[in-house]
Amino acid sequence: MKSNDVILQTVTNIVLFIILMFSVFIFFNGHHEPGGGFIGGLMTSSALVLLLLAYDLETVKRVLPVDFKHVTAAGLLVAVGTGMGSFFFDAPFLSQTYGYRHFPVLGELELATALIFDIGVYLVVVGITLTIIQTIGEDR
Amino acid sequence: MIQGILTASAAILSLSILLTLFRVAKGPSMPDRVLALDMMGINLISLTAVVSLIQDTTAYLEVALLLGILAFIGTVAFSKFIEKGVVIERRRD
Repeated sequence: MKSNDVILQTVTNIVLFIILMFSVFIFFNGHHEPGGGFIGGLMTSSALVLLLLAYDLETVKRVLPVDFKHVTAAGLLVAVGTGMGSFFFDAPFLSQTYGYRHFPVLGELELATALIFDIGVYLVVVGITLTIIQTIGEDR
Repeated sequence: MIQGILTASAAILSLSILLTLFRVAKGPSMPDRVLALDMMGINLISLTAVVSLIQDTTAYLEVALLLGILAFIGTVAFSKFIEKGVVIERRRD
């Protein structure tokens, strides 16, 4: 029986961007308020799961030609890289620092190196979750 | 006064979740249970908002949005499983 998912697909096309924006918000929110890399990664992968539900595996692979195992590897590399980076400044492994910089449009921002570690956590969570879901979805 | 009203509304929302739980347990068909679970998620959103008002904090507001997104995705996944038998299709034709 052929079915027509036009309502689900239209709603997904709009809601997907709301969820992605929420995930980015909650990712950058994590330094001072609840949030962070883990929940931000989970929200991004739930947006992509919604895309998988509304369309199918091959369409999502065509739209997003990313091997998520490589995303996991890149995230681990970033996380280890922030730890190793502190060696260049004669600091112990995984030392974190922060500073205030002035930007043209945004004004004064607090930049923390913990954010780079959080990007690694984010990439690992997105990669692992979508690898698990795509692997389970592929077999019959 | 306000605290009393908030406590009363939290109690009423909890009662509503309990009554919905009856529909989840008893529900004759599968769509009844899915719809009851969706309604339970929405009641949980309201309960989160009321609890954040009772404790006078804004730290729970992300949780409300999160529960809304998760309830929506869960309901869509259950509906697709009931309708088509698979949650994620390999290729739609």
